Amino acid sequence: MVFDQMVFEILQFGFMQRALISGIAVAVSCSVIGLFLVLRKQSLYGDALSHVAFGGIAIGLFTNVYPIWTAFAVSILASLGITKLKESTKIPGDSAVAVLLSAGLATGVVLIGLSGGFSLDLYSFLFGSILLINYNDQLMIVILTFVILVVMYNMSRKFIYIAFDEEQAKVSGIDVAKLNYLFIVLASVTVITSVRLVGVLLISSLIVIPNITAMMFGKGFKKTLLISIFIAVLSVVVGIVISYIMNLAPGGTIVIISVGVFLAVISIKYSLRIIKGEKERQRKQVSTINR
Amino acid sequence: MQEVKEEVVVVSIKNVSYNYGHSSSSSFALDNISFNVNAGDIIGIIGPNGAGKSTLFRCMLGLVDDYRGDITIFGTNIKKSKKPLQKIGYIPQQRLIDQNFPATVQEIVSLGIDGRNMRRSKEEIISAIKVVELEDLKDRRIGELSGGQQQRVLIAKALINDAKLLILDEPTTSVDVETQNKFYSLLKKLNQKNQVTIIWSSHDLDAINKVANKLACINRTMFFHGDTHEFFASSELLKMYSESIMQAHMHAHTNQKKLNNNNYPSFNVDH
Repeated sequence: MVFDQMVFEILQFGFMQRALISGIAVAVSCSVIGLFLVLRKQSLYGDALSHVAFGGIAIGLFTNVYPIWTAFAVSILASLGITKLKESTKIPGDSAVAVLLSAGLATGVVLIGLSGGFSLDLYSFLFGSILLINYNDQLMIVILTFVILVVMYNMSRKFIYIAFDEEQAKVSGIDVAKLNYLFIVLASVTVITSVRLVGVLLISSLIVIPNITAMMFGKGFKKTLLISIFIAVLSVVVGIVISYIMNLAPGGTIVIISVGVFLAVISIKYSLRIIKGEKERQRKQVSTINR
Repeated sequence: MQEVKEEVVVVSIKNVSYNYGHSSSSSFALDNISFNVNAGDIIGIIGPNGAGKSTLFRCMLGLVDDYRGDITIFGTNIKKSKKPLQKIGYIPQQRLIDQNFPATVQEIVSLGIDGRNMRRSKEEIISAIKVVELEDLKDRRIGELSGGQQQRVLIAKALINDAKLLILDEPTTSVDVETQNKFYSLLKKLNQKNQVTIIWSSHDLDAINKVANKLACINRTMFFHGDTHEFFASSELLKMYSESIMQAHMHAHTNQKKLNNNNYPSFNVDH
């Protein structure tokens, strides 16, 4: 009853409603984009894009433009540029990530130095400030999530095909190069919409952890995606509520909960395997004795 | 009077040459290759390692465009239009599929469907899986299957798209003999029942002899093209082929030695 009352009380606040709606939207888009990033062995792309976003935010703070808009522009341009560079020079994907990551971070550090050091604004972008989300932020997050989901739904077969085997996808008539550009733009947009939730430094965890947890269930694509979305939404909702009740940083709390779910699933999976192995051993012993 | 059956050319390869890096003519991966594949053929492509079999396939599949000569598939030059490629089922050399890749056999087969309603195609997916005799494994993840089973899934994916031409690049490498035989029976069944034309590269001469009616032997240049029994009946052709294999081995061995002696860091120990 106390818990019910507490939840009811939390939902009364406008900032909590906005936090939960935005958080759920971000959790869904991160799961969808993240699953493809993990399957394409580009898990660290989320990290690289978020560091570029950091550079973009610094440009915004330096030029007095709303940082999210500059982050959008810089991230999309940088991700398209690095995809083109990777294509034309055939540099390995992980090296491209390293270039993107360090270039973004370096730009951010230099511009922050020029604009007089760390500010409260910058802190909120680095570590997230979901409880400070205003109506406009919420609207932007919900609309962009909707756009990302519609595009991904319509293109899902092609994206799965590319993740499975890029060469076979090309032979089947899929324009892999164009779709790679589209995907990286969608990934950039997802990262920027998530900045408010968990901050630049923790975004990649929201992209990767629910997906690798879901993949451990050993299911097909649709079920894996649904499990991943469930874990991400659960982590975000529980994280926001706990952080409010216990006065913790929401971004960090959300990530800690998703890591907790990951560890719980690993533990249960391995325990079940040990129990299954033990039962199998006993069954073999019994059949040997009976013989 | 004996009726002459008209042969429909499915693939026409005319004077195709390709060299990596466009340097000297000595580095040609393919040099003036020409042959036709008729509807209903099973043609085996043989040749030593490095003979250009995979390069030829890459040209035929539109993965490489900067070759010289012309490749026509289903009557269309693929340099002008890539549309005919959509009627091809391509089974690449066997590779390790990530065990954790979250896609079931059904989901992988459904990737072959293009622009059709997934729900309506459910029965078609199952029937394609039945053709390759994997219906019991339809809900298993593809990464959990054996190498031979994975290749059969890829064939089912091609069948769902009504592929009338299958291109298989050494599909049974590192697969046990029993699985290989099952695979060859499947190829024959597809060819006879489903009228699928098959182009298939392999080092397994015995299997080629049993399954293919036509044979093309390449070693960068065209070495032989004709009926399979003609090749295997000629001791001279077989001897020439064995010699080319030996030469390829020697060439590879010499190159490896050069690399080892060239002050490059190497993990190979010369005994």
